[in-house]
Amino acid sequence: MSTIKKLTKNTLFLPIFCMILVMAANILYDAASGNFAFNFFTISIRNGVLYGRLIDVLNRGSEIAILAVGMTLVVSASAGTDISVGSVMSLSASMCCMLLAGFGVASASELQVPLIVGFAAGVLMGCVCGAFNGFLVAYLEIQPMVATLILYSAARAIGLLLCNNLIVYIRAGSFAKLGGFTGPIPTPIIVAVVCVVVMILILKKTALGLYIQSVGINKKASRIAGLNSQRIIMLCYIICGLCAGLAGIVNASRITSADSNNIGLNYELDAILSVALGGNSLGGGKFNLLGSIIGAYTIQAITTTLLALGVSTSEAPVYKAIIVIAIVVIQSPVFKDYLNKRSAKRAARARG
Amino acid sequence: MENNVLLTMRGITMTFPGVKALDNVDFTLRKGEIHALMGENGAGKSTLIKCLTGINAFEAGEIHVDGIQGPVVNHSTLDAQKKGISTVYQEVNLCPNLSVAENLYIGREPMTRFGTINRRKMIQGAQKIMQELDINIDVTENLENFSLAIQQMIAIARAVDMDCKALILDEPTSSLDDNEVEKLFVLMNKLKAQGVGIVFVTHFLEQVYAVCDRITVLRNGQLVGEYPIEDLPRVKLVAAMMGKDFDDLASIKSDEVVDYSNADVYIDAKGLSHKGTIKPFDFLLHKGEVVGLCGLLGSGRSELARVIYGADKAQTGTMKVNGKEVKINAPIDAMNLGMGLLPDDRKAEGIIGELSVRENIILAMQAKRGVFRLLPMSKQIEIADEYIKLIQIKTASKETLIKQLSGGNQQKVILARWLATNPDFLVLDEPTRGIDIGTKTEIQKLVLQLAGEGKSIIFISSEIEEMLRTCSRMVVLRDGAKVGELTGELTQNRVMQAIAGGADK
Repeated sequence: MSTIKKLTKNTLFLPIFCMILVMAANILYDAASGNFAFNFFTISIRNGVLYGRLIDVLNRGSEIAILAVGMTLVVSASAGTDISVGSVMSLSASMCCMLLAGFGVASASELQVPLIVGFAAGVLMGCVCGAFNGFLVAYLEIQPMVATLILYSAARAIGLLLCNNLIVYIRAGSFAKLGGFTGPIPTPIIVAVVCVVVMILILKKTALGLYIQSVGINKKASRIAGLNSQRIIMLCYIICGLCAGLAGIVNASRITSADSNNIGLNYELDAILSVALGGNSLGGGKFNLLGSIIGAYTIQAITTTLLALGVSTSEAPVYKAIIVIAIVVIQSPVFKDYLNKRSAKRAARARG
Repeated sequence: MENNVLLTMRGITMTFPGVKALDNVDFTLRKGEIHALMGENGAGKSTLIKCLTGINAFEAGEIHVDGIQGPVVNHSTLDAQKKGISTVYQEVNLCPNLSVAENLYIGREPMTRFGTINRRKMIQGAQKIMQELDINIDVTENLENFSLAIQQMIAIARAVDMDCKALILDEPTSSLDDNEVEKLFVLMNKLKAQGVGIVFVTHFLEQVYAVCDRITVLRNGQLVGEYPIEDLPRVKLVAAMMGKDFDDLASIKSDEVVDYSNADVYIDAKGLSHKGTIKPFDFLLHKGEVVGLCGLLGSGRSELARVIYGADKAQTGTMKVNGKEVKINAPIDAMNLGMGLLPDDRKAEGIIGELSVRENIILAMQAKRGVFRLLPMSKQIEIADEYIKLIQIKTASKETLIKQLSGGNQQKVILARWLATNPDFLVLDEPTRGIDIGTKTEIQKLVLQLAGEGKSIIFISSEIEEMLRTCSRMVVLRDGAKVGELTGELTQNRVMQAIAGGADK
């Protein structure tokens, strides 16, 4: 009994529980349709690479997971969200591809600069965007939603300008590696794992986590206690921008092009939702990075499941919304209170 | 029920995880009385009130309210209000950006036939309420334009106008100056005459004896007793609250006057100022000296200390610490010079509510070490345990969130935060506000002990007695300027005169 209680009290319990629910829905569907092979969990090797729906979820969810890392910090430190990450993804991809292909070139099979320079420039672009957002939020004290709205609308357009209004294709094989496979494993998964692990290490080995939460909970008190609240908030936005840049490049590599209009489209919403699904308060303060990551893959699992069930891409958002509503309700404090009260009542009745 | 009884609480019991917050507590409120609810921090005063107003759900016991059949259980403050029980808290829970009239009628605005707010009627009504309570203000002005005292009275007026029979005032005076307190008392007596029963929670003993008719004392969640005020003189009240005989506060400091002017100078500030809060001042602080800053609320006593610490950046002047000229741009600079500041607004500037006691204690130390040198967990635990024991912080565990602690214990945590940095100089701004008398004595003793270790301290308090007990020199402030210093033998009279603009120096 007490172990169950301990388990349910764990902050990660609900995010994991929701993830399991989504998986269970898959099994049920498979069973109901007489398919006892349980396709969802089957992992096979085809053409020398891992193949299966689970792999697909992990692979396709990489960008959201990377974004969720940065978004978690931003939400915690500034009690606001960075809604520009999707656009910044696109801008970073454009920056990267423009450098690799040369300005105004629509399709390049020869790289103009070393690959690493292109990638670095893309990530750096993300950092610059993050710094811009951070400056507005931390130093000018503009509402995060409004501050990041600027790049939300502008970054994608700047990317288009950089690409001279073209969709820049990079046909060199090396470019596609980042979005392709390393051995049998999809590279984006590796990038996401590295990103998450590095961040966890930073949080474990430095006081950054304590600083961020402290600033997010009480900015004034943190300052009196010797923290530079502004610098910490700024740093969170820069990290968020860096993550967006990274996600943008991974996405560009996946489609071997900088498609300004489509890269990262609506990703900011999934990233924010990941943080919320992970059991983190959007009001800032305490955060749980792993929760956000689980949230990110839960979202991808929902999307993949729906598509696999044959729901069309245009209808999928409706079903997705319904599932998200259910998950959010399960995690809401009101619902939790209700359950607690009910179980308390039941216990009282059992006692007589 | 007796004839004039307004409400009774019988056998109220409630447990928080690991702690019995209330154990079989009785409380009776009668019509037309002011009833003090006394006890140390964590005695269960707030919990009892929260049970009454429906914020806490109690486990056993009954509440009866005059005019209502059967036991009453309130599920929310709104519920309680409907039954005639209103509460006014220490922090005013009104909207500062709305007018007085709007605040008075919020949620129950008079309507016109067309379903819009009848502003004329609202303003007239508000004027009438204010007149009845002898508060002469323009009700169309925004609430934020008035002093905290007036705001508090408006909160009370709102409660009273909502047909309240029982009014609970939870620490209403802790941020008011003497004059304002006096005004509040007039209002309370007026309501008492109208037959309202008032529960008055406060830490100021003098105030209890100034207005109350009856005292109920709680200790560690249990009822000590209910006494008519005549039967419980001050010393006995303190003894009842603490459960032991009163350790005479006056004896904690030796009477001899110590002259520090030959001691090493720690801080030598010249012409420091911050626009709008404190005019240029000079300030000298010696090692091992406790200097009191006295003045009325808003006289600049907190602001002076904040400029030295860099909480508000000094815009003019120079400062030397240990003889070396320094520039303090932010608190961290001051901290690196060995300073610490315990701010007066504990909730807004002290505690990090959702962090644990451990994290709150090590925060300043960690900030000094920098982001890359994380204190190992074992060390954090060691430090937290050490200070929890050393200054007796009452907490279920070191991982308890600080917001779940009582006010006095929160204050001790913040104190621990600074002690952990091993400072040479501490600013203690109202360290004992809202704290029970036992903890007050402990903190005062600690201050003297720290000074004995050669640390310099600025002590700020609204209670002059407390400063007389701890400080060897006083700086007097008035209207945002330093107007003088008192040395030699300090007496209440001399200090009062100086604050009021007297002749001393």
